[in-house]
Amino acid sequence: MNNKGVDKTKRQFLTSALTVVGAVGSGYLAVPFLAQMQPSVKAMAAGAPVEVDISKMEAGQLIRVAWRGKPVWVLNRPAEVLETLKTLDSDLRDPLSNESEQPASSKNPVRSLKPEIFVAVGLCTHLGCSPTFRPEVAPVDLGDKWKGGFFCPCHGSWFDLAGRVYRGVPAPTNLEIPPYRYITDTRIMIGESSGEKTA
Amino acid sequence: MKPNRLTECGNWVLDRFPASKFWNDHMAQYYAPKNFNFWYFFGSLALLVLVNQILTGILLTMNYKPDAKLAFDSVEYIMRDVPWGWLVRYMHSTGASAFFIVIYLHMFRALLYGSFKHPRELIWIFGMLLFVALMAEAFMGYLLPWGQMSFWGAQVIISLFSAIPVIGDDLSLWIRGDYVIADATLNRFFAFHVIAVPLVLVMLVFMHLVALHEVGSNNPDGIEIKESKDPWGHPVDGIPFHPYYTVKDFVGVGVFLLFFATVIFYMPEVGGYFLEHANFIPADPMKTPEHIAPVWYFTPFYSILRAIPDKFAGVIGMGGSIVVLFLMPWLDRCKVKSIRYRGGIFKKALFLFVISFFALGYLGTQPVTPLATTMARLFTTIYFGFFLLMPIYTRWEKTKPVPKSLTKTHSLEEQFHALEEQLPALIDEITDIKPVNSEIGHPAFKSTFFNRRPNPKGIAHVISRFFKKLVESLD
Amino acid sequence: MKKLLLLFLLLLNLSFGVVASEEVELQEANIDLSDNESLQRGAQHFVTYCLGCHSAKHMRYLRIAIDIGVDQKKMLKDIAPEGASIYDQLHSAMNKHDAEKWFGVQPPDLSLIARSRGADWLYTYLKSYYLDENRPTGVNNLVFEDTAMPNPLWQLQGEQHTKVRKTIYGDDTDLVLETSGTLSEREFDLFVNDLVNFLVYVGEPVQLERQRIGKYVIVFLLLFLVVAYLLKKEYWRDVD
Repeated sequence: MNNKGVDKTKRQFLTSALTVVGAVGSGYLAVPFLAQMQPSVKAMAAGAPVEVDISKMEAGQLIRVAWRGKPVWVLNRPAEVLETLKTLDSDLRDPLSNESEQPASSKNPVRSLKPEIFVAVGLCTHLGCSPTFRPEVAPVDLGDKWKGGFFCPCHGSWFDLAGRVYRGVPAPTNLEIPPYRYITDTRIMIGESSGEKTA
Repeated sequence: MKPNRLTECGNWVLDRFPASKFWNDHMAQYYAPKNFNFWYFFGSLALLVLVNQILTGILLTMNYKPDAKLAFDSVEYIMRDVPWGWLVRYMHSTGASAFFIVIYLHMFRALLYGSFKHPRELIWIFGMLLFVALMAEAFMGYLLPWGQMSFWGAQVIISLFSAIPVIGDDLSLWIRGDYVIADATLNRFFAFHVIAVPLVLVMLVFMHLVALHEVGSNNPDGIEIKESKDPWGHPVDGIPFHPYYTVKDFVGVGVFLLFFATVIFYMPEVGGYFLEHANFIPADPMKTPEHIAPVWYFTPFYSILRAIPDKFAGVIGMGGSIVVLFLMPWLDRCKVKSIRYRGGIFKKALFLFVISFFALGYLGTQPVTPLATTMARLFTTIYFGFFLLMPIYTRWEKTKPVPKSLTKTHSLEEQFHALEEQLPALIDEITDIKPVNSEIGHPAFKSTFFNRRPNPKGIAHVISRFFKKLVESLD
Repeated sequence: MKKLLLLFLLLLNLSFGVVASEEVELQEANIDLSDNESLQRGAQHFVTYCLGCHSAKHMRYLRIAIDIGVDQKKMLKDIAPEGASIYDQLHSAMNKHDAEKWFGVQPPDLSLIARSRGADWLYTYLKSYYLDENRPTGVNNLVFEDTAMPNPLWQLQGEQHTKVRKTIYGDDTDLVLETSGTLSEREFDLFVNDLVNFLVYVGEPVQLERQRIGKYVIVFLLLFLVVAYLLKKEYWRDVD
């Protein structure tokens, strides 16, 4: 062993160089390892856009379709509901949907492309339960303030029939609106916005 | 240096957990002989491959389905639909073969330098247990893709157990959990492959290393470095494992990964040896492939099985070929460890053993023909002869004097330099200068290099000299 | 020692010889996975001539479209069968039970056929049908004797019969065209080659990608090796 005449800076430099190269290598290796936990092509295929026929929907009717395995609601809102929606702003946390998730085309007070037909992802923005559909006004269990809407049974969040969240409940934002478009007047495609495709 | 918050935090932990003691005992103040050569890379490489197998294995289990109906398709799903699944799968499948390459070389090192001898018998035993556990791990893992080779390979190997008298049939039925290899077998092999055997492997690796660090590493000279110490109590011929061997092992890792990556990205099947062609056909219990052969790393033992013309004796022979390895520390009676100072008879025996191991391995991949069976029997005899005659021939071995301290080894660079110096003379010997006749052609082609032509006499001379040297080295 | 070595070499030779003589000599397919046009033609041939009976269920139209450079709309219009979605796998329309009744076996899935059989085998197989009255399908195959599959390409290739030729090594069987098909011999060879090229791609769609990435990985590892070697050399100056 001979420790004399050791070029410390060279050692330090080479050690750092190898550390950097090794770290970069590990980083590149981590990419495929982490990426392989991303949704696979099969999951994406199951998440393909879903077509819904709304020609037979009656006023006040709600249908549920699965898109990417999530429940998506399609609700036909009668005129009186649309009237009620206009009166609720003061009770709502985000009436204009500034902090909520929706395509730009649905960022309006009724949160839809056409006022009557409401499309939303049926999962509470609090912790992901699916709220129940309660269209009736002032039922016994929910009290006089209930003007019809979606009620989350898990933690008691209130949403109106445009999916807007009330003040003073745990859910932070309005219900998510998925991208969708009208193929014809009676058929909508959920999962694709009118502009580009979203796979 | 002023103690800051960070070092305080560090000290708080170190007062309660002996991390730095552990580091010193096993890395920074673990003294290893300074003359480790090429053969000493494979221990750390085996550890690297083990880590690779565990990591990629965990990722594969996330998408693999241990169900006879789904297994084959789920592997193809990983190969095609899962992002980067192909890379993870190839890393795992190539890792399996790499594991055996590395382990075989690691074991050969022990034979070369007598690393299995006193006082390292227990290290060898743990190592052999690791080898057996690794074979079990590989065998059960090979069933999981549920291809034709997976199925029929497992069918053949499990049927071996039925050769055991009296309990054999019940035993193989119990192992399968069904009358043939079936869903139940796949499911339990998955459990063993994914959790049970890996736990055993990791535990054995731990014990292998603890035992090694207790007695210290052997070396190519086969002498105990602990016998001569400097005033501070460190072996004179030892150097701290860290940093010297950590930096050296990084070089080994770099070279290994180059080979590993080449296989993964350019030849993941390795001509049907790492991934067999018939395994791309889903398992079909109604139809055996025309030619079944185990994966290459089992073929030497498989050859021994086929060479013996009796079912039970064949199984005993195959099992025996592994059991004799366990007995190495007691079969070898020679006091000298390293092949450098051992007698010619052991060198020749080891040479024959290596040849027979390769030959058996090759024969195991080939279909049975009468000639192949005869050859397999010959090599099986040599294989067992190497071990069973060892107590006799190692006793009259004429050994050379063993040095007191480590001899200087020529590093790879030095060997290259030596070769470089000899090269011009060598070229002179094997080539003649062409008579100069042409005035056409580019001037560059008129250099002496292009004006030479091979000289058959010289080449024959060089080859015969090389063989003479080779034979001499066996004395 | 030398005798032993000789014996060993002899053995290698013999066992290779035995294996080789049992099989028909295969013709070499010209595989080029970067040839997108060939792959596109091959995909079309596959859907037209194979997908009726054979699936390639591990493959999706979307993946094919991306890999062989076809627009998704064009894929659905020109290559995929009517009514398929871009996310669909290449499923066959044939009912499994019917298939077993008609052919005696279920037509195998072809996703991995190129990996289990090899390109040259497929290429030669598809070209080696000949007329044989003793078979229920009326045809037999030189490469795969008593194959259950009728020749799907006979209209293109024409029909062949066998002709035995004596050579010094023994009898050799040649195939001779009896009636000509709609394609010339060269066109038919190209047709089969495109189809096999596509099957090789389907066997492992990631092949080109993995070779592309491999270059970077190896260059990177060389860099790692150089730095590691310099570091080792620097430290080992203490020892040497």
